[in-house]
Amino acid sequence: MIRPRLIVIGNGMAGIRTVEELLKLKPDLYDITVFGDEPYPNYNRIMLSPVLAKEQTIPDIILNDDAWYAEHNIALYKGVRVERIDRVKREVITQSGQAHPYDRVLIATGSRAFIPPLPGADLPGVVGFRSIADVDAMLAVCRVGGHAVVIGGGLLGLEAAAGLVTHGMHVTVLHRNGNVMDRQLDSAAGRILEKTLEAKGIVIRLNAHTSALKGTERVEAVVLKDGAQLPADLVVMAAGIRPNMDVAKNSGIYCESGIVVDDTLQTYDPKVYAVGECVQHRKACYGLVAPLFEQAKVCANHLAHYGIAKYIGSMTSTKLKVTGVDVFSAGEIAAQPHHEEIVLADAARGVYKKVLLNNNVVEGAVMVGDTLDGAWYFQLMRDKTDVTALREHLLFGQAHVGDSGHGAKARVASLPDSAEICGCNGVCKGDVVKAITELKLFTLDEVRAHTKASASCGSCTGLVEDLLASTLGGDYSAAPSVKPICSCTDATHDAVRAGIYRHELKTIRAIFEQFAWQTADGCAKCRPALNYYLLCAWPDTYQDDPQSRFINERVHANIQKDGTYSVIPRIWGGVTSPHELRAIADVAERYAIPTVKITGGQRIDLLGVKKEALPDVWRDLSAAGFVSGHGYAKALRTVKTCVGKEWCRFGTQDSTALGIRLEQLTWGSWMPHKFKIAVSGCPRNCAEATVKDLGVVCVDSGYELSVGGNAGIKVRVTDFLCKVATEEEVIEYTTAFIQMYREEAHYLDRTAPWIERVGLPYIQRRLIEDSAGRKALAERFTFSQQFFQIDPWLERSEGKDAHEFALPLELV
Amino acid sequence: MTTTWFTVGLLTDIPRLSAKVVTVQGTAIAIFRTQTDDVFALEDRCPHKQGPLSQGIVHDKKVTCPLHGWVIDLHDGTALSPDEGCTPSYPIRISKGVIELGLARLDALARTI
Repeated sequence: MIRPRLIVIGNGMAGIRTVEELLKLKPDLYDITVFGDEPYPNYNRIMLSPVLAKEQTIPDIILNDDAWYAEHNIALYKGVRVERIDRVKREVITQSGQAHPYDRVLIATGSRAFIPPLPGADLPGVVGFRSIADVDAMLAVCRVGGHAVVIGGGLLGLEAAAGLVTHGMHVTVLHRNGNVMDRQLDSAAGRILEKTLEAKGIVIRLNAHTSALKGTERVEAVVLKDGAQLPADLVVMAAGIRPNMDVAKNSGIYCESGIVVDDTLQTYDPKVYAVGECVQHRKACYGLVAPLFEQAKVCANHLAHYGIAKYIGSMTSTKLKVTGVDVFSAGEIAAQPHHEEIVLADAARGVYKKVLLNNNVVEGAVMVGDTLDGAWYFQLMRDKTDVTALREHLLFGQAHVGDSGHGAKARVASLPDSAEICGCNGVCKGDVVKAITELKLFTLDEVRAHTKASASCGSCTGLVEDLLASTLGGDYSAAPSVKPICSCTDATHDAVRAGIYRHELKTIRAIFEQFAWQTADGCAKCRPALNYYLLCAWPDTYQDDPQSRFINERVHANIQKDGTYSVIPRIWGGVTSPHELRAIADVAERYAIPTVKITGGQRIDLLGVKKEALPDVWRDLSAAGFVSGHGYAKALRTVKTCVGKEWCRFGTQDSTALGIRLEQLTWGSWMPHKFKIAVSGCPRNCAEATVKDLGVVCVDSGYELSVGGNAGIKVRVTDFLCKVATEEEVIEYTTAFIQMYREEAHYLDRTAPWIERVGLPYIQRRLIEDSAGRKALAERFTFSQQFFQIDPWLERSEGKDAHEFALPLELV
Repeated sequence: MTTTWFTVGLLTDIPRLSAKVVTVQGTAIAIFRTQTDDVFALEDRCPHKQGPLSQGIVHDKKVTCPLHGWVIDLHDGTALSPDEGCTPSYPIRISKGVIELGLARLDALARTI
């Protein structure tokens, strides 16, 4: 069979990443040919700094070796430059005149160092900092006591300077503006960075304008406009990059500052695509790796004929990676009149942090010295979170509240290799760094897959992202701007939820079809999410899909490490009776249940029940009046209460009765994640209501409601929502809040991260200011409860899903 | 070495994308049915921490272990990269909707019955 031919012009990171993404989608669709003008296979350009600093070697930074091209039947032409594309004959013409016919072309020619038109700029010894050849040229000149001048004090220039100084060179950076990295840093941050670099032995001259390079055989000196003359064995041009558009221009493809592409990465010729640093998309050119990877994904989607992905531009962040110098910058750096600045400056410690807010939304962040929270600010920026409630501690970072497992770790870069990063899976910093460098990982997901770090509870995600950034160097940018549900699809949680309503999708298969799922049956990540979204959207008609439920929810008990199950009957508001206790004791003895444990939620857990015994256990518990406690479910768990004014001399309201009432109203409702409520009878708060998803604290004049608390991975105190006067109002606000969480949070988001993403003011607007909306939410909750308040234990003790609990057939 | 075929039950006994368990001298074997009605048999034990694979979520020709989310290939019981490990697999044949499980070395098994 003759396959269509895809020719990739450019063997760099963007082009080959697109090929890799394409191979993942449609491995056999094209005959692929790659032209690269460098004599190497695809290598990691952002690792040139460590190569220059002799921390890594060329083989270390090769991403795809020759064997990879052979394995995927890709014809690779190394050291061959493409001259133009003959779009009429559909042929790619190389510099030596060879013609290669194509069906699709991908231009990924990258960028080159901008060499200012100075006298002497063409002398030997004047190099850029873009390629292995440049690094080789620099290393050839490097000697102790030699002189190097770097023209340009941006990201690349400073990395080059830091690399050269490690070889014992005298390095001077010439920067034409008032502070280094002025595209990313304000002057205060620039000052601190300059001091740090000067301490490393780098001389920095600001407002320095070069007039000429001097030399006979090769470069010998740099002459400045003010007449000063600096000796130079080597001059590194780091005055910016320019997209390589020659091929496109020679082929008559429309270019402005880059090759112009649309949201599908198509150029003006529909058979010609372009990705990477050579393109201009919505007026923007990118020089960082993260946007290129996003473009690669979208471009591959279209090359594979899926035709659904869209690239809408990237929000980028920058991290300078020079050992011992931490710099982070994202978004706006200079305050406009509509901005508010929040600044923390501690020059003695070399720490500077500035966050720019517009209408309480983060629009920019600049950090020097302590960049651990860069990823967090970037996320707040990306999600446009309303940070009103966070303002007071915004600059102290995300880690100032208790992180269980790794609370005290501040700066990941200063940790020893043996420091444990992921407490769940016992992964140390050294393991993560080794995996990133040896396996050439770029993304959080890849690190999770290979090391398991951050793959369980996720609380060390920030640390892992920081390690990725510090290991990968300057160009790592947190995460793609939109996160798909899982690797089966490019669709996001929000897109799918909106689509379910818009297109009236009623089954998981209908969602697969509408959003062009790339796997036949989805996976263990997406199917439970989709099942929940459908259940939430169509409570009265959707047929629950047991095969898309995690085992715990399928069999209504909690699987334990030995394959047995635990059973937690519901104990309303934590109030029980001799009759109930006797029934539990009888069940425990009758079925020889090995462990009986009081839970943290004022209930009793029976652990070690064999699966086939579950229906009998449930039948006996049902007979005593118990229903399922849903201790296994993404649903209402428990309503914890204190004894309140019935007994307590401090109690102000009947917190126990209110707790029981809330539990009776809300049990059985499926939610994005587990949900805990507590009711305390006075501000002494014995029921610990301020670390629950929803907490009620009774006071003499009424009830204080607060939301979004969590005592697990990350301790988070609830945000105060409002105070109400009556129990009826407590119920209306509680059910409305739960319904909003059910309808809008992503599957597996607890309320705490959901509220941190959307911001408390949004919740307040919807629940407090919009009283009609609140009532409608509460009504939708009540409506859906009629379908979900059916005790699953009773149903199963009467024979439902009997095949699940059947004894295994003995064959021999 | 001969393979002896044991009747496990009807294809329709197992809902699509799920599994049933049979035991052979104390060893649990999970019989999986995919969306496309292919049937596979693996020892019911994840190579990672011995989780019961029969209780996992089945997708395409794979199952995700319920304990820690390893993904196991139903064809041959190997863990999907980057995890490493393998659980024993057994041959299956289906005729007229009846599933049969192939057990090798039955002569050895038969002696112990």
